[in-house]
Amino acid sequence: MTDVNVIECYQCGKCTAGCPVADRMDLRPSVIMRMLQTGDAAAEDEILRSLSIWLCLTCETCYSRCPMEIDIPKVMDYLRQRSLAEGKVHSDARDIVAFHKSFLNSIESNGRLHEVGLVIDYKLHSGNLLQDMTTAPGMFSRGKLHIMPERIKDRKGLSRLFKGQTKKPKS
Amino acid sequence: MKLGFYPGCSLTGSSREYNESILAISKEAGIELVEITDWNCCGATAAHNLNHELSVSLPARNLVLAELDGMEELVVPCAACFNRLVMTQHELSENNILKTEIEAKLGMSLKNDIKILNVLQFLEKYIFPKLDELIKKPLAHDVACYYGCLLVRPNKVMKEERFEDPMAMDVIMQKLGANAIDWPFKTECCGAGFSVSKTEIVGELSGKIVRSAADRGAKAIVVACPMCHSNLDMRRPAIESYLKRKVDIPVIYITQAIALAMGLTPRQAGIQRHFVPVNLTV
Repeated sequence: MTDVNVIECYQCGKCTAGCPVADRMDLRPSVIMRMLQTGDAAAEDEILRSLSIWLCLTCETCYSRCPMEIDIPKVMDYLRQRSLAEGKVHSDARDIVAFHKSFLNSIESNGRLHEVGLVIDYKLHSGNLLQDMTTAPGMFSRGKLHIMPERIKDRKGLSRLFKGQTKKPKS
Repeated sequence: MKLGFYPGCSLTGSSREYNESILAISKEAGIELVEITDWNCCGATAAHNLNHELSVSLPARNLVLAELDGMEELVVPCAACFNRLVMTQHELSENNILKTEIEAKLGMSLKNDIKILNVLQFLEKYIFPKLDELIKKPLAHDVACYYGCLLVRPNKVMKEERFEDPMAMDVIMQKLGANAIDWPFKTECCGAGFSVSKTEIVGELSGKIVRSAADRGAKAIVVACPMCHSNLDMRRPAIESYLKRKVDIPVIYITQAIALAMGLTPRQAGIQRHFVPVNLTV
């Protein structure tokens, strides 16, 4: 998988103790490390179907405090990508994934993030149509939202980077 | 003098006051920040969560373009963009196979030796030495300097020794005449990219940060990241619903604090663009 030294984890639990979202996780970071060490296929499947991997914010606190310097956030990125590829995304993580996909769609179209386009795309794919209806007017009046996207010039170069990398989100 | 500049997407939209204030104080200090020609989004959380190659190729394109523009130093005010650019530079310096693949896709080669500066490193190196002559109105308030995650972690790559208790922002604020309070939430996570998809988590994590700063008597929280700013400022309704109380402590960018101390108007500093009103007398 990754070149991360998961095998060196000796279960001190510092990662879980410092994780800002550990109390919401179904599998806590130190538990995931232990499950990965076993190499057990059922355990791996359970991890890929967990909510935890999507709740990880990549705040990097675990990695910074780990006495064995295990790059847990890098493992989480790897697990997320496998979970997505294998269609094992936890049902409560669908909004998170929908948001990330809408974000990448916006970059693929424009080269830069278009916040209005992102939110509209996200609402359509998540079904959360009425969310943030009270925030948007305040953003407009403060000059923080643009109706039209800013686009980069080298669209061909950009599409080469995206070629074969993204699938359109399922509607 | 001129320095390379990567504003990133937030600074063109939801955090445009960060852009306005960094440009304004640079101008006062005689520095011109020059944008990378045709820069693109760094890919942010979305790319590194969903697609490893894009999380490297998108930042790499910007690094190549900066080299083509002849830049030796690149100022990146957004902490999230800074993190992605530095992580990419680091990964490509350690993984030659990936570097070759990415270069082929970009159709350009990458020297990969540009010096990437986050906002605090930029301020420390180029603005701080000029502050004695540029400060017109000392900012005599108690403030809480909030660093968040991405400026200090992963500390092995960011080379930040004081990653649990960084001081760079505190030192600048003291220089402006403020008292930077001692508090325990300097590097706690605000909820980052969950602003839209898991707003209640942002309400809780940012709520704890805002509560700690307010209860310790700070008159403002000072930040250096657009994500931290929008979570602590724009998401105040979610924060107040978590805390079950109203908290009116404002959140300002470090560049806005410097602008105000330099005697620029609140409008020049972009203060009017915040959701939580800023009433700091200078």
